[in-house]
Amino acid sequence: MCGIVGLLLKEPSLRDRLGELMTPMLVGMTDRGPDSAGVAIFGAPAPSALKISLFWSHGAADWNGLSKSFSEKYPGAHTFTPNGQHAILVTDVSPDDVRGWIKDSAPQIYLLSVGRSIDLYKDIGAPAEIVKRYGLDRMSGTHVVAHTRMATESAVTPAHAHPFTAGEDFCLVHNGSLSNPHLVRKKLEPLGISFVTDNDTEAACRFFEWRLREGDDLSTAVQRGFSELDGFYTFLMGTDKELLIVRDAFACKPAVVAEADDYVAIASEFRSLAHLPGIRHANVFEPKPQEVYSWKV
Amino acid sequence: MEGVKQFDLAVTPLREVNRYLHHDVAASGVERVKILNADGAHSIAVGLNVPLDIEVDGHCGYYLGGMNQLARITVQGNAGPGVGENMMSGSIRVKGFASTAAGASAHGGLLAIQGDAALRCGISLKGGDIVVGGSVGSFSAFMAQAGRIVVCGDAGDGLGDSLYEAVIYVRGSVRSLGTDARFEPMQASDYEAVRELLDAAGFEHDPRDFKRVASAKSLYHWNVDANQEY
Repeated sequence: MCGIVGLLLKEPSLRDRLGELMTPMLVGMTDRGPDSAGVAIFGAPAPSALKISLFWSHGAADWNGLSKSFSEKYPGAHTFTPNGQHAILVTDVSPDDVRGWIKDSAPQIYLLSVGRSIDLYKDIGAPAEIVKRYGLDRMSGTHVVAHTRMATESAVTPAHAHPFTAGEDFCLVHNGSLSNPHLVRKKLEPLGISFVTDNDTEAACRFFEWRLREGDDLSTAVQRGFSELDGFYTFLMGTDKELLIVRDAFACKPAVVAEADDYVAIASEFRSLAHLPGIRHANVFEPKPQEVYSWKV
Repeated sequence: MEGVKQFDLAVTPLREVNRYLHHDVAASGVERVKILNADGAHSIAVGLNVPLDIEVDGHCGYYLGGMNQLARITVQGNAGPGVGENMMSGSIRVKGFASTAAGASAHGGLLAIQGDAALRCGISLKGGDIVVGGSVGSFSAFMAQAGRIVVCGDAGDGLGDSLYEAVIYVRGSVRSLGTDARFEPMQASDYEAVRELLDAAGFEHDPRDFKRVASAKSLYHWNVDANQEY
C-alpha cells in the first residue's frame, strides 16, 4: 500500500500554516502506511549556504559534540539546528565534502537531503507519532511532499522511508512497486551515481535526478521514465519550484487532487483532503494514467 | 420528519450507521436515510438488503454500496474505487465521477455514474447494468461475463478485453478494443436495450448514436495452433 500526500500553498498568507494543514492529511493516510512516514518541506530558499538535513540513526544524538568535530575538520561558520534525532546543518562546505566527513567521522549520521529550500524529516513509527516527534505540525513553507509507508519490498528503517532525495532540492515519494530497479541501478552506477539503500523507489529518484542534471525538465524526465521504469507507481515529486504527480499506465495506485484558489492538495484518497478549507468548492479529480500534472510555486 | 433518518459521519461512527442499516432500519418504518459528511470514508452503506432510499452527501471512499441488494443509493459527490462492487440488485447513482473498478463483479442492479468512470469500470461484470454519462478509462469490462455497460462518452484502451457474454454500448470513440472484443452491428434489441438503460439512468441521448461491442468468442476454446498469440 503506502499513502502519498502533497500540498502546495498558492496563497502566501497560508504558508505559516503549512504543517498544520498537512498534518491531518498525513495522519489520514496512517491505514495505508503505518510503518514509517516522511515529510519534505520546501520553504523560502536559504540566502547563500546550503541546508543539509541529517538523521542520527542510532544511539543518543549529541549534536553539540558533532558540531565541534565538524569545526575541527572545517573551521568557519556553520550551524547545526537540532530537533531530536534530526538536525539541519547550514554550511558553505560542499555536500560531497560533508558526505566524506560523515563516512569517515560520523557513520551514525544519515544524510537526508541537500538544498537551499528543502528540509527533510523521516523516521519509523506511526505518522502521528512522527509529527509529534519533530513538531511537523508547526512547520511553515510553500509546499510539502510526504509519505506514509507500508513496506513490501525492503526493510523498515528511517533510510528506507520516503521521501527519497537526490541532488539538491529534489525529492520523490512512491506508492507502488518497481519491477526493474536493479536494471535502473545497473544503468546509473557506471555513471558514478551511488545508492544508499536497496529500495526500489531510490532507483526512480536517482533516475529522475540524473535526467534533470542532464538538462531535462521534470516533465520530460517523467516522460522518459515511462519507458525506463517498469512497475506500478504513483510518483509525487517536489523541487524548490514545482510539485508534480504522475501515475503509470495501469493506474492501480490511487491519487486524488483537489485544486482550490488557495492551494493544490494531493493524497492517495479523498479522506485525507476532506478537512481542508474550502474543499467543497475545490476542483477534485483523479490524475489520468501517464499524464503529467505539475504546479509551479 | 417521519420516515427519514439522518446520520452525520462527522459525529456518528460509520460502523454504527452500517449496523443500523443492516439490523434496525427494516422494522423501523424509515424509508429514507441521509448520510452527511461522507468525507471519503470507506464502505459506506455496504451489504444492504432493504428497499430503501439512501442519500450520501459528499465524496465517498472505497466500496460504496458494495454487495447492495434492493437499496437505492445516491451519492451527491464522487465515489472511490469499487463503487457497487458485487451489487446484486437495487441501484446506485453517482452524481460526480467514479474511481477505478466501478461496478466490479456486479451481479444485478443498476449503477449510474453521471461523470466519468476511471479504469477497469465493470471489470468481471456478472449481470449488472452500468450506465456512464461520461467516459470510461482503459481496460473497462475486462472479462465481463454478463450484463450491459452503456458509455455515453469515450472508452480508453483495451475495452472489453477477454469478454464473455456481457455487451458494451459506446457513444463516443474507443481508443482500442481488447483481445477478442469486436464491434458488431446494432440490432433492434440493442437499440431497445440502450433506450431502456438511458431512461433508467436519466441520460438523454439517441440510441442510434451507440455502437455495440461484444465478444468474438475466439477465446472460448483452446486453440492449439494459436502459439500463444491472440
